[in-house]
Amino acid sequence: MSELKLTVNGVEHHLDVPESRTLAFVLRYDLGLTGTKIGCSEAECGICTVHVNGTPVNSCIFPAFKANGAQVKTVEGLAARDNGHEHLHPLQEAFIEHGAVQCGFCTPGLLMTAAALLDENSSPSETDIKIALKDTYCRCTGYTSVLRAIQSAAAVRRGDPKLPVAEPHVSEPMRSISQSEKVQDIEDRVTGRAKYTDDYTFAGMLFARTLRARYPHARVLRIDTSRAKALPGVHAVLTAADVPGENIHGLVHLDWPVLCAVGDKVRYMGDAVAIIAADSEDLAAEALKLIEVDYAPLTVVDDPVFARSPEAPLVHEGREGGNLLKHIKVRHGDIERGFAESDVIVERTYRTPTTEHAFLEPECAIGVPAGYGDHDKLTIYVGSQIPYQDRNQIARAMALSEEQVRVKGVLIGGGFGGKEDIAGQIHVAMLATVTGRPVKMLYTRQESLLFHPKRHATLIRIKTGVKRDGTLMAVEAELYGDGGAYASLSDKVMTRATTHATGPYNVAHAKIDCYAMYTNNPPSGAFRGFGVTQSAFAVEQNMDLVAEALGIDPIAFRLKNAQKVGVTTATGQLLRESVGLIETIEKVSADMHAGHFRWGWREGDMAYGWGIACAYKNTGLGGGAPDRADAQVEAFADGSVEVRTSSADMGQGLLAVLAQCAAEELGVPYKHVRVLLSDTDKTPNGGPTTASRQTYMSGNAVRLAAINLRDTLSRVVAEEFDCPPERLIFEEGLVRNNGTSMPFADAVKLAHAQGLSTNILHEYWGPKTQPLGTGGDMHFAFSYATQAALVGVHLHTGEVRVEKIISATDIGRAINPLLVQGQIEGGIIMALGNCLTESFIVEQGVPWSTLLARYKMPSIKHTPHITSYLVEHRTADGPYGAKGVGEIPSINTSPAICNAIYNAVGVRIFSLPVDQDALLRALREGEHEVHTAWHDVH
Amino acid sequence: MPLWKSYHIPRTVDEALATLAQYGGAARIVAGGTDLMVDLQYTDHVQPLEALVDVTRVQEMLDIHQEADDSCRLGAAVTHATIVKSTLLEARATCLVESCGVVGGPQVRNVGTLGGNVAHALPAGDGTTSLMALDAQALVAWGGGLHEWLPLPALFRGPGVSALDHGKDLLVAFRFTLCAPGEATAFKRIMRPQGVALPILGCAVWVKLNAARTHYDDVRVCVSPVAPKPVRAVEVEAALRGQPVGQQTLENAVAAAHRTLHPRASAYRATAEYRQHMIETLLRQTLPLATERAKTGEARAEGVGLG
Repeated sequence: MSELKLTVNGVEHHLDVPESRTLAFVLRYDLGLTGTKIGCSEAECGICTVHVNGTPVNSCIFPAFKANGAQVKTVEGLAARDNGHEHLHPLQEAFIEHGAVQCGFCTPGLLMTAAALLDENSSPSETDIKIALKDTYCRCTGYTSVLRAIQSAAAVRRGDPKLPVAEPHVSEPMRSISQSEKVQDIEDRVTGRAKYTDDYTFAGMLFARTLRARYPHARVLRIDTSRAKALPGVHAVLTAADVPGENIHGLVHLDWPVLCAVGDKVRYMGDAVAIIAADSEDLAAEALKLIEVDYAPLTVVDDPVFARSPEAPLVHEGREGGNLLKHIKVRHGDIERGFAESDVIVERTYRTPTTEHAFLEPECAIGVPAGYGDHDKLTIYVGSQIPYQDRNQIARAMALSEEQVRVKGVLIGGGFGGKEDIAGQIHVAMLATVTGRPVKMLYTRQESLLFHPKRHATLIRIKTGVKRDGTLMAVEAELYGDGGAYASLSDKVMTRATTHATGPYNVAHAKIDCYAMYTNNPPSGAFRGFGVTQSAFAVEQNMDLVAEALGIDPIAFRLKNAQKVGVTTATGQLLRESVGLIETIEKVSADMHAGHFRWGWREGDMAYGWGIACAYKNTGLGGGAPDRADAQVEAFADGSVEVRTSSADMGQGLLAVLAQCAAEELGVPYKHVRVLLSDTDKTPNGGPTTASRQTYMSGNAVRLAAINLRDTLSRVVAEEFDCPPERLIFEEGLVRNNGTSMPFADAVKLAHAQGLSTNILHEYWGPKTQPLGTGGDMHFAFSYATQAALVGVHLHTGEVRVEKIISATDIGRAINPLLVQGQIEGGIIMALGNCLTESFIVEQGVPWSTLLARYKMPSIKHTPHITSYLVEHRTADGPYGAKGVGEIPSINTSPAICNAIYNAVGVRIFSLPVDQDALLRALREGEHEVHTAWHDVH
Repeated sequence: MPLWKSYHIPRTVDEALATLAQYGGAARIVAGGTDLMVDLQYTDHVQPLEALVDVTRVQEMLDIHQEADDSCRLGAAVTHATIVKSTLLEARATCLVESCGVVGGPQVRNVGTLGGNVAHALPAGDGTTSLMALDAQALVAWGGGLHEWLPLPALFRGPGVSALDHGKDLLVAFRFTLCAPGEATAFKRIMRPQGVALPILGCAVWVKLNAARTHYDDVRVCVSPVAPKPVRAVEVEAALRGQPVGQQTLENAVAAAHRTLHPRASAYRATAEYRQHMIETLLRQTLPLATERAKTGEARAEGVGLG
């Protein structure tokens, strides 16, 4: 048996392929049907789902020959075709319409799983959908829109009217702004045409793998690559000695070796020791095993508190400060006076675990050498959140100038902060340069889990003092953050945890100290919420403890102390505008109290409780860092407009937001605006896609570039119409004055005829901010949120289930309401995972969470009913009043859930993720506090 | 490097055995592959294989057949999804549908087989727990040529260790007696939302009431995992056998369980104490449920797909 016969999407194929291939491999790489994605190769995530003889299966573990003779259907076959016309499947239509697509990487899996359900069940209930999609994961959407889309598609197929889109209410919509425009390539993301890094292939391309450390902390004594090099089909085996430039990278601190050298150390299990390029992935993997490395293992620094002790070995020798990566301090008022004047003081210690982004697209980079085809310089294809910093880091390691390197961003299958650091970018640059051929480095899911920076585990002691009347007087906190082996963004992340550790409240006295520590654990870096997710868990539970001690309603207590205009924060920032916190509390409270409200009650074997928590999160880099985003807006003679910036769209929908800003200012239809992102040769630097900053920063850059362009066109047309330029109106694709008008395209032609450029670059500088400790504006805007959670606790098992979340979020303005809602719903579910399901377990520096099977993120079955309100307190300098939305939804869900658990059963959870085992023990023994988590179960 | 080289799809048990034999231990049986494919990739001690022998087209391993003696013969390569859809099994071996209905997600149940689950010898495999309560036997085709019906526990040597030599032997089918009037079963389990998707504890019960439906004529209970291999809770069964249906009998059964069953702690799964308490929780759910089903003759599988 050597011929494989498959009928794929109605087309019969006879393939001569090895019998060892999986169906996903054959579909993707032999047939080029790259719509089917591989997320884990463990049959865990379900995004590789295809139909074999009508049955949905995980193609990643399905031997291809098992399907011999079968009918296979992939996402490419979902739409109907006649006479060359494509008619999207009702599911594809509905996913687009209801905003059920963000990064799009899992979308094929969701669609195929849902399609099988609809073929079997024409009227699926919500429970039916949850059963069918239980193991088909999406990390972006939070599933609420997916549920609605599937029900709408089912209705359409039955001939019933489709479900209305759950559009959030917004105030003062404009022509393009505050309209739920669709991301331009949205159809590609539902048809399988959208191309992510691993979907690209080049003639003669080689496949790369990385040899990782064998110990979490060890000196490298010897590396022998000779046997690997001798293996036929292996083209390069490189080690530290082969790094052409500086063997170092890092986003804030340069402390991370490109490859760990003999004589130097490995500092965590993900450290790279050698890289290989070979004719196939299999060969590269085989060659990895032939590399010999001798190590001298060293004592492992496995805990940030131990790391700070004098007996801890140094993770980085010769470094001033030893293992202390950064001591971050907030000093505000007089802390001793604050507690002296307090009537009630509550002090507790909280723990949060290391967590994993688990974006569904594992890291992939392709290096193409200079001179290959039309690549005139070394080009790296990668889904990156920060293309220009990738370029900078590649150039340093390659001993090239930045202009000699091009980073060409491609679609990103989810990021959430986890695609800011260098992964394989430098390695493929080295391998492509040495071999003279394109080289692809695709991480397996397991390698991704091992390698990339995670959310900081923290230990947070917090002491809150209040007056009897409920006035918040003082907050003292001490935080330890596990920075792991390399700095990544620890400095910034833990600074955010520190500065936000008062919560979004008016407090006169604060003293907060944070110790970000080096350890031999996986590095910690950016992850949606950026440290604030951790401190909010502590702050918001202490708020409830204090309210209880005072006998005050937790909502009233928060309202009394909530930040508002006129308040000065603990970092000395006077809040002058756009503080919508109180309105978010009121909106959530009103919804909670609709009908008969109780904080907690029992029904049979279940106890139910409501909990509430507030949050705030800065927009932009802040802290005195110059924050700049550049964008180009160019108008063409055909009337179309192109927006260019290097900023990244990782599913959040920046493509749409930027096009809306340009369309609004130029008065052209949204569809006439193209957006080109993330290409260091073609797009100006939009800065990092981090800190919830791109709507504000790149949005402003595009808006201001478009205004400049409009001014240019106005001058030209005003001359033609003989009217003052300010009288001209740009709308409906026209430039008009009273009864006279000219198509936008003609205005552009007119400008060209006069030798004027219609390609405008705007360098936007965000409002100036101050470094921590100097007072003044540390940030230029804050978003605010309140969330309430309704949970059920099973009294005989300790199982916790979130039934409802009510959320209200002040984002200044919703430039694209449905996308904003998607961020909020997705952020909430991600945070629900942070509270209930997720912990990346590391034992003595060695990850236990080596498989996706060992790292559960929330699936559709965990999705509660979510009600989400938008609050729009405009910020003056934001585009149309907008501030950030990416992170704010992911901050207060965990404390809201834990406050709800307390109100249900009288037990407070101090360590995440919630352990039903310990919770039940507390219930049975009458304890009121649980200080252990799932990973403590032994 | 490839995880296997050749892929064979035999049509008969004999052909499957012959193919295995041809590779002298370097081939493995595959059905759904939902465990095997993960093991092959991620377990260091597993050697790359010469061949996979796919048994999902061996007809005698694919049938659900009601025999003349009112027993059911269930092919080892029947998928969880097929079991769940069987109206015969739902009505008369309800616990098997309930347990197979919570294994994995739909894509896994669509290919994963009960035979594969048992052959992997997980002591807390959901389907295994129910097969224990059904007092099932397994038909093994030994590499030497002997075909032999064995009681299910005989297939288990220890956690993850099967009596079958995976390079030689083949699990062909299961056989158990379907529930008659006055008999019924139920299965429930406890999970946690973190970590590996294996049950903290599962419990399957089979009850046979007397003609008046007032007393337990016979009972079989399997709680897993409480031992390295699946075992029946014989003391719990004894506490129920011949006793009147009612609260006091249930309390006696719970007391017997606490006295005689002592599950171990396992890291990142459950403490021993929690498991101990879950035995009680599960008995209090499954025993009344099975009893009610036996009384009414109505059995609708609960919780399918909600694992």
